[in-house]
Amino acid sequence: MLNPFAERKLKLNLLQSLRFGGKKTSGTVQRITCGGCKADFEPSALQAVMYVCPRCGFHLQYPVRERLEKLFDADTATEKFKDLAPSDVLNFPGYAKKISETASKTGLPEACICVTGKIGGHTAVCAAIDISFMMGSMGTAVGEKITLAAELAQSSRLPLIIFSAGGGARMQEGIFSLMQMIKTSAAIKRFSDSGGLFISYITHPTTGGITASFASLGDITLAEPGALFGFAGPRVIEQTIGEKLPNGFQSSEFQMEHGFVDAIVSRSDSRAELTKLLSLHSV
Amino acid sequence: MQKKVSPYERVKLARNAKRPGSDDFIAALFEDFFEIRGDRAYSDDNAVICGIARFNGAPVSVAAICKGRTIEARIKRNFGMAQPDGYRKFLRCLAQAVKFRRPLITFIDTPGAYPGKSAEERGQGQAIAECLYQMSAAPIPIISIVIGEGGSGGAIALGVADRLIMLENAVLSVLSPEGFASILWKDSARAAEASDVMKLTAADLLEYKIADYLIQEPDGGAGEAPELVINRVGELIKSELTELLKLSETQLLNDRYRKYRLIGTSDGEVCLD
Repeated sequence: MLNPFAERKLKLNLLQSLRFGGKKTSGTVQRITCGGCKADFEPSALQAVMYVCPRCGFHLQYPVRERLEKLFDADTATEKFKDLAPSDVLNFPGYAKKISETASKTGLPEACICVTGKIGGHTAVCAAIDISFMMGSMGTAVGEKITLAAELAQSSRLPLIIFSAGGGARMQEGIFSLMQMIKTSAAIKRFSDSGGLFISYITHPTTGGITASFASLGDITLAEPGALFGFAGPRVIEQTIGEKLPNGFQSSEFQMEHGFVDAIVSRSDSRAELTKLLSLHSV
Repeated sequence: MQKKVSPYERVKLARNAKRPGSDDFIAALFEDFFEIRGDRAYSDDNAVICGIARFNGAPVSVAAICKGRTIEARIKRNFGMAQPDGYRKFLRCLAQAVKFRRPLITFIDTPGAYPGKSAEERGQGQAIAECLYQMSAAPIPIISIVIGEGGSGGAIALGVADRLIMLENAVLSVLSPEGFASILWKDSARAAEASDVMKLTAADLLEYKIADYLIQEPDGGAGEAPELVINRVGELIKSELTELLKLSETQLLNDRYRKYRLIGTSDGEVCLD
């Protein structure tokens, strides 16, 4: 009857393709189409504006390394736990191959990248999930990196910022993937009890087990405009209730209205807003 | 000599309506059960049962996700699919257990959290996250028993425990085998095949040290001899609780943190204070 994960995956794939629009080839340069107004741009033009459409303000998918590079003060960022790669815990048919293909295609070792550095002069630990790596699903290595980031923030008494994204569990790691929800939540709890500040920053799309664990546990929750943020996928919900959902259901703005987000912060304001929050929490 | 039961046959046994439900376990194992109702914010969710009772003479807190066995009961309990209100009622139950220093026993039987519109509007994801967060650091002994289906985040929301017990034919998984097959092979009819690779049976989870104990069931499942199975569960809760009550709070919480901390580490080398 219900098949939340399949529905969610379809939806995520659809949304991802919308975000990228289609990549059009004109001459030798691939152009990227805005998912909002359908204008198309050269990648370098979008890169210069943090992948926010200069015409309509739509937030396109932002590669995590570029996000972190723009966020931190120049030459202060150091990547942490770089060597952690996915492991084929269930010896799942075809998974090892999929991992190596995805890693070489994306240039990422896993969906999660951790960095320490300074934002507006304030040192912080930061983790971010890139959905181009298996939809940002929480494999054991992703759970481990989030947990290590929380433990590092706790032991070095630094604030923690997590840019969440992703659909939840990674099928190929089964129950081990599910257990990462508990592991990460437990680590955030310890960090919080030690007095640490955790800012959860929701990016498109954040759903499933990511929403139902660390992404929802921030002292402060920020969200990018128009990001999908929810537990069950929209198609599953439509199937359950037998009617179409209104436009904007589970968007950042919807979640703010329902009391689950403190502020919608656009990409161009994120550095200033985070600096302000870090400063308000520094003694 | 027991005959070989395939993982998918166990999935079907786990869903069998003849099986004793969470309410049957509560009725048989506890005395003076007093049910607490409502989340004090929105409603009372019948998919989640919470209360206070006596176990082996001493007060404990009890919580369960319950499917119901008859059609009427299933409708009343929304087929064991909890709303955020149910998880928040459980958070009340947990907070009381901590306040009055009562051990907590939970029973899990759910296909998953309710994926509806109202559930999203009231923060299904946040409610589940909060359960994981609070259970992980609650300074009381916690024992969870998966008695049937353990479907995804909606199941583990009541399952962060010092001891996780599974009935032999219970399953715990990241999603249903039907869903899994449909995602990976675009064909939900291949659920039996999915069950084989998913490692969702009690025996698998015991091997992975995610479950701590497996309770044997008679041929044909727990529905063939409910009393026998319920008594086995009761005996195990009794002996494990005795052990857990000997531990200091610090030891208890460190052991619980370590148990989950070590799941899915690449080298098993973790700095724990």
